[in-house]
Amino acid sequence: MVFSLFSEGENKVLCWCFFYVTLAFIILMLYEMHFEKVIRELGGVILSRGPKLCNFVDWRGFKVVYKRYASLYFCMCIDQDDNELEVLEIIHHFVEILDRYFGSVCELDLIFNFHKAYYILDELLLAGELQETSKKTVARLIAAQDSLVETAKEQASSISNIIAQATK
Amino acid sequence: MTMHGMRGLSVFISDVRNCQNKDQERLRIDKELGNVRNRFKNEKGLTPYEKKKYVWKMLYIYMLGYDVDFGHMKAVSLISAPKYPEKQVGYIVTSCLLNENHDFLRLAINTVRNDIIGRNETFQCLALTMVGNIGGREFAESLAPDVQKLLLSSSCRPLVRKKAALCLLRLYRKNPDIVNVDGWADRMAQLLDERDLGVLTSSMSLLVALVSNNHEAYWSCLPKCVKILERLARNQDVPQEYTYYGIPSPWLQVKTMRVLQYFPTIEDPYTRRTLFEVLQRILMGTDVVKNVNKNNASHAVLFEALALVMHLDAEKEMMSQCVALLGKFIAVREPNIRYLGLENMTRMLMVTDVQEIIKRHQAQIITSLKDPDVSIRRRALDLLYGMCDVTNAKDIVEELLQYLSSADFTMREELSLKAAILAEKFAPDLSWYVDVILQLIDKAGDFISDDIWFRVVQFVTNNDDLQTYAAAKVKEYLDKPAVHETMVKVSAYILGEYSHLLARRPGCSPKEIFSLLHEKLPTVSTTTIPILLSAYAKILMHIHPPDQELQSQIWAIFNKYESCIDAEIQQRAVEYLALCQRGAPLMDILAEMPKFPERKSSLIKRAEYSEADTAEQSAIKLRSQQQTSNALVVTDQHPANGATSPISVGELSLVKVPSMITSENDTSTDLSQQNGALSNVDTQPPSADLLSDILGPLAIEGPPGATVQSEHNAISGLEGGSDAVDGSAIVPVEEQTNTVQPIGNVAERFHALCLKDSGVLYEDPYIQIGIKAEWRGHHGRLVLFLGNKNTAPVVSVQAIILTPAHLKMELSLVPDTIPPRAQVQCPLEVVNLRPSRDVAVLDFSYKFGTNMVNVKLRLPAVLNKFLQPIQVTAEEFFSQWRSLSGPPLKLQEVVRGVKPMPLPEMANLLNSFRIMICPGLDPNPNNLVASTTFYSESMRAILCLVRIETDPADRTQLRMTLASGDPTLTFELKEFIKEQLISIPTAPREAAPAPAAAQPTPQIPPNDPAAILAGLLS
Repeated sequence: MVFSLFSEGENKVLCWCFFYVTLAFIILMLYEMHFEKVIRELGGVILSRGPKLCNFVDWRGFKVVYKRYASLYFCMCIDQDDNELEVLEIIHHFVEILDRYFGSVCELDLIFNFHKAYYILDELLLAGELQETSKKTVARLIAAQDSLVETAKEQASSISNIIAQATK
Repeated sequence: MTMHGMRGLSVFISDVRNCQNKDQERLRIDKELGNVRNRFKNEKGLTPYEKKKYVWKMLYIYMLGYDVDFGHMKAVSLISAPKYPEKQVGYIVTSCLLNENHDFLRLAINTVRNDIIGRNETFQCLALTMVGNIGGREFAESLAPDVQKLLLSSSCRPLVRKKAALCLLRLYRKNPDIVNVDGWADRMAQLLDERDLGVLTSSMSLLVALVSNNHEAYWSCLPKCVKILERLARNQDVPQEYTYYGIPSPWLQVKTMRVLQYFPTIEDPYTRRTLFEVLQRILMGTDVVKNVNKNNASHAVLFEALALVMHLDAEKEMMSQCVALLGKFIAVREPNIRYLGLENMTRMLMVTDVQEIIKRHQAQIITSLKDPDVSIRRRALDLLYGMCDVTNAKDIVEELLQYLSSADFTMREELSLKAAILAEKFAPDLSWYVDVILQLIDKAGDFISDDIWFRVVQFVTNNDDLQTYAAAKVKEYLDKPAVHETMVKVSAYILGEYSHLLARRPGCSPKEIFSLLHEKLPTVSTTTIPILLSAYAKILMHIHPPDQELQSQIWAIFNKYESCIDAEIQQRAVEYLALCQRGAPLMDILAEMPKFPERKSSLIKRAEYSEADTAEQSAIKLRSQQQTSNALVVTDQHPANGATSPISVGELSLVKVPSMITSENDTSTDLSQQNGALSNVDTQPPSADLLSDILGPLAIEGPPGATVQSEHNAISGLEGGSDAVDGSAIVPVEEQTNTVQPIGNVAERFHALCLKDSGVLYEDPYIQIGIKAEWRGHHGRLVLFLGNKNTAPVVSVQAIILTPAHLKMELSLVPDTIPPRAQVQCPLEVVNLRPSRDVAVLDFSYKFGTNMVNVKLRLPAVLNKFLQPIQVTAEEFFSQWRSLSGPPLKLQEVVRGVKPMPLPEMANLLNSFRIMICPGLDPNPNNLVASTTFYSESMRAILCLVRIETDPADRTQLRMTLASGDPTLTFELKEFIKEQLISIPTAPREAAPAPAAAQPTPQIPPNDPAAILAGLLS
């Protein structure tokens, strides 16, 4: 399953994307095609679609489920016989979690904190499959990670303070 | 919330975003890459914070689509950092930058493993996440047991276990053997009792993968899945945080129903009833609501339930409920539901027989063909294609044709291909089929592949009733002002062949047809001109009496193209001109094309094998499964014919009538036979080399029509005669009914093989049988080389050995089909039991196209093959000769009617039969003395002595004396040598006089017809 996300812009169709690849044949395909090309091609297909159309498009023998949030498009590439609506709601589920974490998420939040988005996605999806369906649990796990990082930083700064004082 | 950002990273990101154009961006990126590279060089000065920052920058640059070809090692090395923040960055950046085959990843395996088996659960999570995302086969092999332990461990918290489940799923996909652990299935079943829904969801994903591969081991999971579904659907005991818009984990419901779809049935009545109650509730209780997300989630569950009902093929009552629901869905406003409604209807066609109910929705489906959304239009097209049959073909195809003019360009090719297939499969009458294809070409000429017009030409050629109609129809199209080139091609072909049938109609005189076609010539490309030239030549041929004016006009055109730069056009122009000027032979060469052999439609094949769009595949596969094709279309009856793109090859030769004859032995064989000027493959000398013919330039596509070639009749006649003379026990009776004639003389080939050990036994236009033999004592090992000379497979191959009583023969398995241009080897073991001149026969039959060919071929496992020449001294010879004093061990006979030959030639002949001449033993120079040993299972080696006394005055007679320790052997060998010496084609049998001595009766087993026959004849 490919998970990607990109936004509309003037010159830059793609702002950025996440890739989580699981099935062997998708991997093959992606390695044959440059990553950027995948996004450009897929972007072309999706951005050309008007509003009020369905959220599914055929692409290279796969189905792409996408959803637009303001200027951001989230999309997932799935197999022909996967359940489209289920995947569509995974996207929404992800967006809700992002929203909760960033507090009314916007494009810039994701761009400047793309690593955060990765952390969150890693709690939501793994091996291309949904891992956790509780928003609360995801939020709790991310918060725990943040605090681990914070603690480490504080420790580091306190150590450097001590060293700094000691060397005075 | 805390935004512990990195200032350097943020500055870099906004710099990049502020770039005005791509060049500026590139510049900025290059600068940053240089900076990062420099910093990495001098590692000591880097704080952990800086390391993290630069690695993130690398990832960001990579995400923008730039190559980052350094620093991967830095990312990997962060994995082994002791502190969480660095480790976390290391794992995530590594997952993004490296793929599973990257060498650096191997370096990390140990660290990853230590993190997985370590006690720190945050480290475990990081490691499991990375392996779950990019773990490859090596990881599967070294980490699977540890990951399994974590998943099953009761001391691990859910956050680790759910990651372990999905990590294991990834490893399983890389190496399915990892679950070949005793009791794994039971543990899977235990996992389904899990209370934590995160772990349960992950485990269910794992289970889907496991059962999709092999459901047998996991029957014990089935009732548990039903139980979980029941629990969720009834909303019992599901924590609030696991409901999504009020629906208890829709994702888990979907996955659970997915698992159930991999089990063929549900045996247990209680489980089954429970499940159907749940499904019924889902089907009936799902309403359309305002909230989009709730609606999507509930319909995700609903569509999965539909799929499960279809799979379990429950009571028909539920099935019709499903169709009714889908019928409702395809008419709703919400596009996603409309899309899925159509898609699931198409799926439903595949699993159950609901065609009739679905047909009721035809009008609505046709409306969807005009939907503003291309995704929905595609699904509607798939569905229409899938539901088409004889009853609605006309309506559906007409709709498709109508839609064609307005369809997007991306869909037109698919659309026209599908319309063409449906028209062919379900045509109520063939004229309608022709109409449809011509309309297709007219409306979407650019999207009509050659296959489509080739196909219509085949139909017209093969159906006499259709020819006049098709000719009139294409003429109508040609009258239009703008005509697509494909239309010109098909018209030129059809009018060239059949315009004479229209000659009496107004506006259809040859002249008018010609000028109509010729008008188009300036507008067409070089691929079409040859077809036009053929048409001109054919039109000219049909004019009675010849029209001088038209003739000179056409000749002038040929003249003009004689110097055309395109070789194909030039060749045709030259040939047609030459043929025209010859007059009479023109008639035959340009006669109507013969009927095509029936073939499977290449369109359908193309559709079946089309990989470009798997979305359409489902419907096409479904189509090809339903053999409801009506009787008019007989194309599927010979699927074995023509393995690779039959039409293109066949059609090629069809279009290029005379120019291809020299190189292709095709349907036009008969033409070339009648026209001596053109050489033909059959007149080439048969090659002794086994492979050269098979690999030679022959490309025979279809079987030729039933053409009996006179020269071969002569050969078989001759052969019949020689067989009668030959007097061998069993002779090959050439099937006179066979329309396929052998190449070369079968009898001669056999005789040649009696003397040598390898060569061609039989050959005809389709197949070549070669033999290679090795003889050792009374054992022989023959290998039959069955070679298919064509580009189509030879089928129904059968080889039966009719073994005479004195041999034991064992033929290894002969395959039923010989693939195109392939050669199969069939070893044949032979054991000689006792002396006999009977000959084993190979009864060989095969089918090529519609021709059933059967030949009976003598096998060169003859008496002399079991002889070993032996040199004896005069002393040995004479002592033996004397001890074998008279009949039945020593036999003498005067043979008349001998082929006159000089003595050395006779000596050579005997030597070639492995009877060794012993020079100088007989004082009379006109006599020959020879010796050999005969090997058989019953007697082992027996010495045989031969003496031949010739009369220099009369070379047609001689006296022969044979001596051996076995009466049968003496007799058989004497007869054998006699057969070889008498003149084969002319000598009548009566010429052989009765043996001088009393004849020993050969041992004839009463039940062996071959031997009896031999006994009667001798």
